[in-house]
Amino acid sequence: MADRLDAQIAVVGAGPAGIAAATRAAEAGSDVLVIDEAPGPGGQIWKHRRPEHAPRAARKWLERFVRSGARLVRGAQVIAATSDGELRAELPGAGGHMLDVRWGRLILATGARERFLPFPGWTLPNVIGVGAAQALLKAGVSFQGRRVAIAGSGPLLLPAAAALAAGGARVGLVAEQAPFPSVARFAGGLLRQPGKLLQAAMYRGRFAGTRYRTGTWITSARGDDRVREAVYTDGNRSRTVACDVLCCGYGLVPNLDLPMLLGCATSAGKVVVDERQQTSQDSIYCAGELTGIGGVDLALVEGEIAGLAAAGKSHGDRSLPARRSRQAEFAARLEAAFALRDELKSLARPDTIVCRCEDVILARLDPRWRRRQAKLYSRAGMGPCQGRVCGPALEFLFGWESDTVRVPVRPTPLAGLAHKEERADTT
Amino acid sequence: MKRFSIFVDGQPIDADEAATVAAAMWNAGLSHFRTSVAGERRGPLCAMGICFECRVTIDGVPHRRACMETCAPGMRVETHG
Repeated sequence: MADRLDAQIAVVGAGPAGIAAATRAAEAGSDVLVIDEAPGPGGQIWKHRRPEHAPRAARKWLERFVRSGARLVRGAQVIAATSDGELRAELPGAGGHMLDVRWGRLILATGARERFLPFPGWTLPNVIGVGAAQALLKAGVSFQGRRVAIAGSGPLLLPAAAALAAGGARVGLVAEQAPFPSVARFAGGLLRQPGKLLQAAMYRGRFAGTRYRTGTWITSARGDDRVREAVYTDGNRSRTVACDVLCCGYGLVPNLDLPMLLGCATSAGKVVVDERQQTSQDSIYCAGELTGIGGVDLALVEGEIAGLAAAGKSHGDRSLPARRSRQAEFAARLEAAFALRDELKSLARPDTIVCRCEDVILARLDPRWRRRQAKLYSRAGMGPCQGRVCGPALEFLFGWESDTVRVPVRPTPLAGLAHKEERADTT
Repeated sequence: MKRFSIFVDGQPIDADEAATVAAAMWNAGLSHFRTSVAGERRGPLCAMGICFECRVTIDGVPHRRACMETCAPGMRVETHG
């Protein structure tokens, strides 16, 4: 049997946006339930191996969240939801035990994931994402003495390089695909953290003991049982860097599966929201990276606005809209500065795997298809990641937008899908 | 922090209570977590539960994501290859 809980407001995701939303709503007197798939709150950015290592803002918000009285269900993965007030989550452990939540208002704050693009060798072990490297550090991996190359795009490259170097890694390459002028323009207009790192990197031309190269991207990785070296280019000249780990990620993409499943309108890969963070569905709000990649400060203010709005206290804090506009400007500049160059579309060769779950190679895909045809004819996007890795890549390569989302939004034991009555018969 | 062993394909490796299974395996120099449908070696890609490349069998339960599971004393992990 599934457990059952009721909440005036349910929040999916306990990263900065979800924490801010839940805290504000609970402080305004609402009964709030937060569901997150991780063992603890904070999301990818605030997750830390030792809580005392978390940044000050994180500790402040997490303490305020605890005081607010909002409830938190940890380690639970939402697999299905309906816009009339139900959602189902798989609880931790191997049993496939389910939790059904009835909600009055729903705030989605499911964040973003890394964008990966296929290139020869990207499936080798130890070729990972940039955010992945930080996640592994926080999960307890020692990078002491490992030779690391970091490449891709976006302001995350620099904090990742800094964290890996501080963890003892020998950083042999930091390569940003965006050209120098656009990165410099972006860095020049910033006051905050990634800006400072970027400014320092641009000023010195070096970072974490290695050169910070702009207008440079990985063209292939080579190895045997794992990656051994990576080839990179500035468009004119190719060089090779030896590495034990290659981190390559091309920015972030919003996790749109739940909003799409619930019928929330999207545009240009983001959830459309009004000034109260409400989606096209009454009673459903979105905050954070779902509405466009904008970083932790934008996520926090959007979360606060969504939490107050869901609690019926839209005008609870009049300073919030101005803060949101300032941060939204940052998001727009970010998107423009780190736009992906066309050369990245021709990295994959005919025999390069594009869908890693089903091992579908590029040559099996017909550019005239749509995403749905690709699934049916080649199985690309049909594996356990449900197209979360190849989807954004296929959209970049062929312009194939993701099609409809189906339940369950995550692989789950079959029993989790059955109705309670049916399962009662079989257990 | 409490330190203990977990077993990967029968071999003990060091782990601690704050480490994920993926982290413990990486620290032990293990990079081959699963074998793909075409027979390639695969290991973690996203390390945040999205890509399913790090899936292993944990205490007899298949398809667990090593990056999402926290180590526990005596845990038995089987890779696929």
